[in-house]
Amino acid sequence: MIRVQAEDFDIAAEMEAIASNSTSLGAIASFVGVVRDMAGGGRPSSMTLEHYPGMTEGMLREIDEEACRRWPLEASLIIHRYGRLEPGDRIVLVVTASAHRHAALEACAFLIDWLKTKAPFWKFEETPDGSRWVEARALDDDAAARWEKE
Amino acid sequence: MRLLYFASVRQTIGLAGEEITLPGDVVDAGGLVDWLKRRGGVYAEALAQPGHVRVAVNQAYGHAGTPVTDDDEVALFPPVTGG
Repeated sequence: MIRVQAEDFDIAAEMEAIASNSTSLGAIASFVGVVRDMAGGGRPSSMTLEHYPGMTEGMLREIDEEACRRWPLEASLIIHRYGRLEPGDRIVLVVTASAHRHAALEACAFLIDWLKTKAPFWKFEETPDGSRWVEARALDDDAAARWEKE
Repeated sequence: MRLLYFASVRQTIGLAGEEITLPGDVVDAGGLVDWLKRRGGVYAEALAQPGHVRVAVNQAYGHAGTPVTDDDEVALFPPVTGG
């Protein structure tokens, strides 16, 4: 399941919903992305996430389906927020559940790595020193590439 | 054609999107970007770095050779930075 929303999410409630929905799972893995303090020193900063409504949901659904093809998952969940966020705010939640830990952990890492390089979101940072669009990082491409099949 | 711009491309061009009619000789996404660049000004500036512009045709990633027509929704944006 995927959700794209401005509102915050409740990590415990989302994981509990997945745990209570299946009797055969033995492992639940999760990843939470949080806004870093870009300005430092307690100075005010914010991050605004822009997205492409429609394509965002479509890409997240594709990535989710790919994870379900590659690993025997009982359940999977991606929640990604958009709009204005502050340091400490949650940005993204990925939860995967499977009978065994390897599938859950690997699928969770796969989902966040592919999401970062494929889902159409863009981060705009504002600090007292100025504002800027966050640049894509080659390291993220490398992380996503390790899941590419030859 | 419905054109959409996101992030730094949107900010530089100063528009979130626009309706255009394709010239007859523009048949693919690469041709569309070249034609927009020839408008000059903010378009040339926004689309100047070839490696920095991604294209989506009808909400699916495309490339320079992806065919485009007036019935399509085409989006131009920089590499994504979510997660």
